[in-house]
Amino acid sequence: MHSSDIFVTGIGVISALGKDVNANVHALQSGESGIGPITRLKTIHRNVFPVAEVKYSNEELSHFSGMSDEISRTALLSVIAASEALEDAEIHTDSGLRIGFVSANSVGGMDKSEDFFAEFLSDHSKGKLRNIVHHECGSITELAAHYLGIHHYVSTISTACSSSANSIFHAARMISAGYLDVAIAGGVDSLTRFTLNGFNTLMILDTQPCKPLDENRKGLNLGEGAGYVVLVSEAAMNKIGKKAYCRLSGYHNANDAHHQTASSPDGIGSFMAMQGAIAKSGIRKEDIGYINLHGTGTQNNDQSEGTAILRLFGDALPKLSSTKAFTGHTLGASGGIEAVFSVLSVANGYVYPNLRYETPMKDLPLHPVTSFQIDTKISHVLSNSFGFGGNCSALLFSK
Amino acid sequence: MMMENKVYICSTGIISPQANFGKKEDFALASEYTGSSLHCIEPDYKSILDPKLIRRMSRIIRMGAAAALECMVHSEVQQPDGIITGTAYGCVEDTVSFLTKMVENKEELLTPTAFIQSTHNTVGSQIALLLKCHQYNNTFVQRGFSFEHALMDALLLLNENEAKTILVGGIDELNETSEAILKRFGLYRTNQNNLQLLTTSGKGSMAGEGASFFLLSSESSSGNIACLDDLKMLFDPNEETDVVQWIHYCLSENNLTWEQIDLVITGRNGNQQGDLIYDKLEFSIAKKTRFAYFKHLCGEYPTASSFGMWMAVSSIRENKIPFTVTSKTQSGTIRKVLLYNHDQNGHHSLMLFSAC
Repeated sequence: MHSSDIFVTGIGVISALGKDVNANVHALQSGESGIGPITRLKTIHRNVFPVAEVKYSNEELSHFSGMSDEISRTALLSVIAASEALEDAEIHTDSGLRIGFVSANSVGGMDKSEDFFAEFLSDHSKGKLRNIVHHECGSITELAAHYLGIHHYVSTISTACSSSANSIFHAARMISAGYLDVAIAGGVDSLTRFTLNGFNTLMILDTQPCKPLDENRKGLNLGEGAGYVVLVSEAAMNKIGKKAYCRLSGYHNANDAHHQTASSPDGIGSFMAMQGAIAKSGIRKEDIGYINLHGTGTQNNDQSEGTAILRLFGDALPKLSSTKAFTGHTLGASGGIEAVFSVLSVANGYVYPNLRYETPMKDLPLHPVTSFQIDTKISHVLSNSFGFGGNCSALLFSK
Repeated sequence: MMMENKVYICSTGIISPQANFGKKEDFALASEYTGSSLHCIEPDYKSILDPKLIRRMSRIIRMGAAAALECMVHSEVQQPDGIITGTAYGCVEDTVSFLTKMVENKEELLTPTAFIQSTHNTVGSQIALLLKCHQYNNTFVQRGFSFEHALMDALLLLNENEAKTILVGGIDELNETSEAILKRFGLYRTNQNNLQLLTTSGKGSMAGEGASFFLLSSESSSGNIACLDDLKMLFDPNEETDVVQWIHYCLSENNLTWEQIDLVITGRNGNQQGDLIYDKLEFSIAKKTRFAYFKHLCGEYPTASSFGMWMAVSSIRENKIPFTVTSKTQSGTIRKVLLYNHDQNGHHSLMLFSAC
């Protein structure tokens, strides 16, 4: 079993930057952040915290996806990005291939559950059941899978903010082990009052657009969206005939085992995840051209991740940046969205700017890229995803 | 999945509506419940967990962590090479608590604890914290396949030689709120006795919950309880004949006939519609094979197959079916056990176990 046998032949994304890969790339190239005031989510925090909302109503998303506008926004976002990825990979779900759909999310159909709860709490016989029936994380994935016509293997992973990195590499291992020919893997989350208020209690939301890696960073901005890659075995790729963007050459999952929400000061989990992914791919760490950071903009994450990177790479740092200053922190979707950006980085040499970076962190000499670049020498890109519960995962994409 | 390497079950740790925590044998008398649901019999956690931690943990975390630690205690392994959990509903109590306060307080004056503990990977990560385990850690949340996918992931890791031992568990909790909501979907009976659940066929079952952990290993050891020979899943079959065909295909892949299986444990839950497929197997297809059940003991919940796995493994270890309700007379030793479960006809799984 060699992970080098896994190829990426399709990508799909929807985020605050736009509803497809082209719109996202355009915004990344022109430095247009998706972060702004809350306009859709019904919350008392509307004029307090900026977020990275997908700029379409549920009715519009329903129109793009062909699904009912009454179902969870999470399922709508999932179907739109997954459909784009499938189409890009030139895969028809009735082609006889063994296709898997491995999606991640952190709160399932919570956008509907919180509406249900408002009515249910006053009277347990109240609240529309159709608003709670898809509360489960797995239910969102099944809704999307049914719509896409995938039944062979449908799975959901929920490890907070590292969820979709884990779904991508579980899918890769299912292909390596010979159980699947093709997998659409990534994740999704929509903005909810539950997560906005939750992160607010942790006091890690910035009231301004976030500044990842900056000494004066004050926290993260939440975002929403979905991102998927299509992974195929070599045999399936040859059969389908679609050229690959790159390979998924390495991956690793480790646990920080430090605290339920905080990352360890030495970033042991992040360090092990990156080191493991590089070891799995068999390349030298010097060969890595770009790291798409987890880079949330919180004091804790950026300090911990930065420490791990300096320990691993020393003075020979690859180019690095966080794209969360564009997309916000999309939680269960972030690993999927950033995998799409990383795939494009390997395929086209894209290096994305770390917006709003001004002042280097004291004691951590990391200097992220601040303008969009095309560096065709890049052959290997690392994508980091870390989450609550100490869940740390890294993916490595290679030419 | 068919494994290249043998997979051994080294130990178990379980908290369920039956008094089976910490015990190795003598599961004679089944606990009785009347109503719509069965709830876990929780141990005195003070002997297992630090009292300071117990206070902070919600019920599902306590149950999951204690069952996991119990499983490790019964093994010869200090630390697993990975921790994988499966849960359909996740941390219901913490989710409900945060949601309720958010609605009632109109998004003001909220505290972080319930939110922090509401993520689905909380149990898995708390176990990692307790064991100081920096290795692989993952959580699957695929409704009626949550535990099966966790198990699948563990089997993949063992086969990839990425791990020698994996701690894997299925956990779901039932609380007042989730029970009130689930009842509105018409899934449960009212005023039902659990010990008569499977003999009085009707509409609906009883709700349940539990935390069941297993330490899997790719290495043979005298302490191992049983082998997990195969795991197979079938999602959303069109009709009953597809299911029967699939089961027969799985048996033939393992070179097995019904006569060679000493015990079949099914997920029979008293709901007439869902039990049709179990009836078909038991009364028309495998008439001579011994059948046993488990959902009258743990109730119906999406990761209930993990209780079924405990029952299968215990039957092999004790050569006796725990808390037995069995249809046909016992004869011979129990060396080969098939567990077949389905969750509302959508998620079908087969697990095949054998004596080591």
